[in-house]
Amino acid sequence: MAAFTRRLFLAAGSSLALAAALGLPASAAETVAETPKRGGTLTAILQPEPVTLTPANNTAQPTQFVAANIFDGLVTYDFDLKPQPSLATAWEVAPDGLTFTFHLRKGVKWHDGAPFTAADVKWSLENVWKTIHPRNKALFENVTSVDTPDDQTVILHLSKPSLPILAVINGVGAPILPKHLYDGTDILNNPVNNKPVGTGAFVFKEWKKGEYILLERNADYWDEGKPYLDRILFRVIPDAAARAAALEKGEAQYATFNPVPFRDVERLAALPNLKVDTRGYEWLSPLLYLDFNVDNPYFKDVRVRHAVAHALDREAIAKVVWFGFGKPAISPVPSTLRTFHDANVPRYPFDPKKAEELLDAAGFKRGADGVRFSITHDFLPYGDDYKRTGEYIKQALKRVGIEVNIRSQDTAAFIKRVYADRDFDLSSSYNGAFPDPQIGVVRAFWSGWLGTKTPWTNGSGYRNPQVDALIQSAAIEGDQNKRVEIFKRFQETVVGDLPTLPLLELRFFTIHAANLKGIVIQGDQTYGSVKNAWFDDAPKQN
Amino acid sequence: MLTARYLRRGLAQLAFVVFGIAVVNFFLLHLAPGDAAQVMAGEAGSATPEYMAALRKQFGLDQPLYIQFFQYLKNVLTFNLGYSFRQGLPVSELLLQRLPATLLLMVTSILFAVSVGSTLGFIAARHAGKAVDTAISTLALLFYATPVFWIGIMFIVVFSVGLDWLPVGGMASIEKGYTGFDHVRDVAHHLVLPAATLGLFYLAIYTRLMRASMLEVYGQDFVRTARAKGVRPRRIAARHVLRNALLPIVTTLGVQMASVLGGAILVETVFSWPGLGRLAFEALFQRDLNLLLGILFCSSIVVVLVNLAVDLLYTVLDPRIELA
Repeated sequence: MAAFTRRLFLAAGSSLALAAALGLPASAAETVAETPKRGGTLTAILQPEPVTLTPANNTAQPTQFVAANIFDGLVTYDFDLKPQPSLATAWEVAPDGLTFTFHLRKGVKWHDGAPFTAADVKWSLENVWKTIHPRNKALFENVTSVDTPDDQTVILHLSKPSLPILAVINGVGAPILPKHLYDGTDILNNPVNNKPVGTGAFVFKEWKKGEYILLERNADYWDEGKPYLDRILFRVIPDAAARAAALEKGEAQYATFNPVPFRDVERLAALPNLKVDTRGYEWLSPLLYLDFNVDNPYFKDVRVRHAVAHALDREAIAKVVWFGFGKPAISPVPSTLRTFHDANVPRYPFDPKKAEELLDAAGFKRGADGVRFSITHDFLPYGDDYKRTGEYIKQALKRVGIEVNIRSQDTAAFIKRVYADRDFDLSSSYNGAFPDPQIGVVRAFWSGWLGTKTPWTNGSGYRNPQVDALIQSAAIEGDQNKRVEIFKRFQETVVGDLPTLPLLELRFFTIHAANLKGIVIQGDQTYGSVKNAWFDDAPKQN
Repeated sequence: MLTARYLRRGLAQLAFVVFGIAVVNFFLLHLAPGDAAQVMAGEAGSATPEYMAALRKQFGLDQPLYIQFFQYLKNVLTFNLGYSFRQGLPVSELLLQRLPATLLLMVTSILFAVSVGSTLGFIAARHAGKAVDTAISTLALLFYATPVFWIGIMFIVVFSVGLDWLPVGGMASIEKGYTGFDHVRDVAHHLVLPAATLGLFYLAIYTRLMRASMLEVYGQDFVRTARAKGVRPRRIAARHVLRNALLPIVTTLGVQMASVLGGAILVETVFSWPGLGRLAFEALFQRDLNLLLGILFCSSIVVVLVNLAVDLLYTVLDPRIELA
């Protein structure tokens, strides 16, 4: 406890610096509009190295971090998750939700000079979004036909409404590939995948595996005057301490998705040449949660699941384990999804006494050694933060008489254990909710996933026909207000049943050079282009 | 004549050993839980059963294990290292891409370790029990006991961030676009810290080994004889003792050549050096078995060849040793 208070004290001491660095209240000086300057090379840290640079069959963040600069999407998302024009200049949804019309930008060219037209969008929808895209197949399932009355218009005809489409049509959710290079080929093995041709602000130049990816400015870009940077150099830096050193020294000026350990953040944020920003992850809206295996003899009793919820202090997890880079979660739909989030779900305040009562009532009394029963905990193998969360859970549950054995393994073994073999008791994981719960949230609760052994789906083994029906009706409801109502009922049910315990709304952070302006300007920034970024003076070269 | 026969037998053994290693590797690696499709779906953060099935089909993972094994055997026997579906390139191409960086780091660090380590050991042995000896031995012990990654990070903190003499990592300053001699100097600049870090651990071993080995030889009769007939101490050390003390060094060199791939993983990671160790390490976590098997196959050949070379070198250094 003493250490805890001291950390709070330290945090208070440096809160001024942090507040400025985290971009909380913008100071007056920063709000004055500045004229962007052309030129310079941006060195960004890439971790880990992507598998491919073509976003068609890979939604992993490293792929998109690079690819977003090569490929533009139909839209981008602002901080409020409203779509903003990119390749699409305007769009309409018919009142019955059965027709989507997109108006495309004129005069856009692929990097090889071929014109970008509605045929590319139609082809990508039919051959990528509806087939090999890992996430959005279901959203485009009801698209029965696509009309392209002219080169600048795409009309989607649906058999049933699918409103979440409007939440995924940026470059990751709906990647547009050049039809003239892919049509009739095996898309997954097309050699163009390793030297991608897009419409974006930067042109692919070179990929030296294990070392770097180099992009150069697209002089022919449709957005007049942009991009401001001459080149982007993505460097693969696998070690966290080396990433911190590269940023501190100015050898790299941009890094996303928690590039350095939390304990280094405060020190780096205090440096005059660096800024820490937690914006740009709104489109992802990551949520940390625990999955109870509901087939487990203890966790099949809802009272035990409630007891675990009462035994964990989510404030402490946010402050101590996650160094404040998280906010206690009450619902599987994070509060960043303002319209869908339900603040009236059942709550499980930190109350060890209540937890013990529930466990006693469930018939799991403390034995002579003070232990009621013991379980295993498999933490998400994505680094120390998840391991520390597991260690906290072990200590917290020991207080109420549950013995926890922590198991560690690598990603492949974790996925097989939890989602294929279902050989676990309690696991931790995080998912992106995305702007519509249909995309990222319902996967964890829909019983249709059970038995398919698909990663990041229904890990708990939860099966509730009522919830399945809610999920299915929300998917094809054409009235957004009605969908919000359905999702509120959904949240109340699943938070009551609690097969999955939401822990934290994670606040990922980006570190960038202080003289790098216009780098975090949209809600899907960490999946987006840096075409608006510019150096206030020449980048510090060493 | 003897050498030729020895080499022939050695090479036959090599083929047998390498083949055995390849077979064992195949089944050992398939024991690891999870497959490449699960890793890729895991990284993507989302998947559908159809997507997983498409990946498995693309990777050939939908075939039964024995068919995969026969495919692999066929590849090995035809010296085809296979294809890394994850990286979208043939394994041989991936290996060749990484080989120059690996060799550069390996050769530099070994040369550094052997030359400096042996020299320090030599000096320590000549002044055994004196202050110089104590200083060198203490230093060697310190390097030997310090974890490699920690030395690496401290080097970065001191020489790169603090003093700003050397770059943090990587192999070249790509953004500067150097060519010709500037490029060579730039790479050398980037090489200093990783080579020193990797070399220091082995340097400590060579120092200690050289010292111990020389002291042992110093105690032998022929050294006393040399001393008795009035040979100068410097000449005794260089000609009588050093040469006889070299054998253990050569043995260690052989072992080090074989293990440097493994030892380099940490250094390559800390310094973002694009070498083979990191490639193998990442392939393991990504369950990219074709790639991993390819790397292991090539390294097993290197290990066997180095052992053969060490045996031959023994006979050169000490004519009393015969190849059996």
